[in-house]
Amino acid sequence: MGMSKTEVLVNNTQASDPLKGKSLWIDAWQRLKKDKVAVACLIIVILYAIVAVLSGVGLIAADWGAEVGPSYAAPGADYWFGTDIFGRDVLSKVIHGSQVAMSVGLISSLIAIPIGVTLGALAGYFGGWVDEVIVWFYTTFSSIPQIMLLMSIALILGKGINTVYIALGLTSWVGLCRLIRGEVMKHKNREYVQAAGAIGAGHGRKLFKHIIPNVSHIVIIFTSLQFQIAIKSEVILSYLGLGVSGQPSWGTMIDDAKLELARGVWWQLAGATLAMFVVVLAFNILGDALRDALDPKLKGKD
Amino acid sequence: MGSTGSYILRRVLYLIPVLLGVCAIVFLLFNVVAGDPTALLLGKHASAEQMAELKVQLGLDKSLFMQYIDIVKSAFTFDFGRSWSTKQTISSMLAQGAIPSLTLTLPAFVISTILAVLFATLVAYYRGKGIDLFVRISCIAMMSISSLVYILVFQNVLAYQLGLFEISGYEFGFPDFVPYVALPIIIWVVLSLGPDIRFYRTMILDEIYQDYVRTARAKGLSEKKILLKHVLRNALIPIITYLVNQLPFLLLGSLLLESFFSIPGLGGIVITALNSSDFPVIKAMAILSAVAYIVFTLLQDILYTVADPRVKLK
Repeated sequence: MGMSKTEVLVNNTQASDPLKGKSLWIDAWQRLKKDKVAVACLIIVILYAIVAVLSGVGLIAADWGAEVGPSYAAPGADYWFGTDIFGRDVLSKVIHGSQVAMSVGLISSLIAIPIGVTLGALAGYFGGWVDEVIVWFYTTFSSIPQIMLLMSIALILGKGINTVYIALGLTSWVGLCRLIRGEVMKHKNREYVQAAGAIGAGHGRKLFKHIIPNVSHIVIIFTSLQFQIAIKSEVILSYLGLGVSGQPSWGTMIDDAKLELARGVWWQLAGATLAMFVVVLAFNILGDALRDALDPKLKGKD
Repeated sequence: MGSTGSYILRRVLYLIPVLLGVCAIVFLLFNVVAGDPTALLLGKHASAEQMAELKVQLGLDKSLFMQYIDIVKSAFTFDFGRSWSTKQTISSMLAQGAIPSLTLTLPAFVISTILAVLFATLVAYYRGKGIDLFVRISCIAMMSISSLVYILVFQNVLAYQLGLFEISGYEFGFPDFVPYVALPIIIWVVLSLGPDIRFYRTMILDEIYQDYVRTARAKGLSEKKILLKHVLRNALIPIITYLVNQLPFLLLGSLLLESFFSIPGLGGIVITALNSSDFPVIKAMAILSAVAYIVFTLLQDILYTVADPRVKLK
């Protein structure tokens, strides 16, 4: 965990102790900072998030739906990324698409995290029949291939962005739940938890105040990887006709290309793929770097 | 061996609650959340009588509990009724679809596994050097592009522009199917190289830092010999379990590739069913793929305990 048990004890009992400054998170941040590539990836992710928010509130690329030129104009000085079938600017669509991509990652994580963390923590902490039931539940859930479940949920809920959020959120909590369960199991008998119990902390306090903060690094790593999985899955859902409608997304743009490529129109595919490639690559590398920084015992394994 | 026997028995019996759970999820999704499908099937102008008649036909007039029992029954008998759109029995549809799927996925799986293990062994040998870094970065970069982009670009360039392969379609019988599955196989291999090389590299490196490797090195064995004779042999156990784990997905076929290249395999059937809201087919495929997954996970567990005496039975 990067800090010894005594240090944790000190952290939990003496809030004003200067040692608290050297917490797991500061320690991890200092390790992450040394990794220049990871920092660059973090900056890329933040830039994408800013672009997504700005296009969301309509400050940039608000005119993505307007006809600005001829149909299928090739990339050039006027339209850097060319235009689509309706003469809309592909660059504006790519920029606006970041909003769907980032929100799909964020909201599907926000759905998956509470489910995964709660079930994993309860199973790991209480063990016994609680554990049996939760393990049965996620074994069942993960027995159906994710793509089948994803399609089924999307089919039943109907087309639209909310469906994409819910389908991706509901199909991605199992891995997180497993990891949290394993970590909580390891932590529940550690000295700092026993110490908390000795000074009168109940189950709820021990679990939420002491154990979960100590396993929360798993959530950070999960989120980074979930973003790139969600962004890629949005493309698949678009291809299946279960994706976003009414606003541009990278998935629908790539899907459009199945008719465009034969006519030599490659720029919509290229624009969306490039935008996606950069941010997915950044999340991938960041996820690996975060795992190395936050979970040092895994370092060098991958 | 007594404990192995009772462990296996317990694992086999555990299939039952998991399968009941899978049925419950399918039931909740398609029989509870999805609502009444008769309006969807008959169109807007159906009379109430027609709808009621169809409900009886589909078994949807029964109580929810009986509908759940029907799903459980189908999971154990593999009798899933008929498709809503083609009216064929689903079991015969799926039996037909299995062959095209396997002609695509099986060779693809074998080729990609061999290539990935070779590459992974190579980069593990040169770990920390330039080539290792290069392959690792290439893997992540390849994984950062949507699989749909590979399919679109490969089909457009290799089949459409250069005319090297069939653009789409399928013919039954060897060797007639070969020109149709060649390009999908290539795309499958390219798609799986990234994640597979990364995975096998991790597996091999896990072994490289073990004590027995240090011993082998200390007694003067060459690095190459250690890697090929000791490390690879020990890494074989996690590699085989990983492979067994992937087998059910070979049966499921590749949804995207099959639908894109019009290969009439199981994946293609699922996508067609999806586009026509053919619930029974999707339900059947969800249950069948879950059964395959459960059975292969069980096999993997048993294999693991038999192959590696260090694994403790719980």
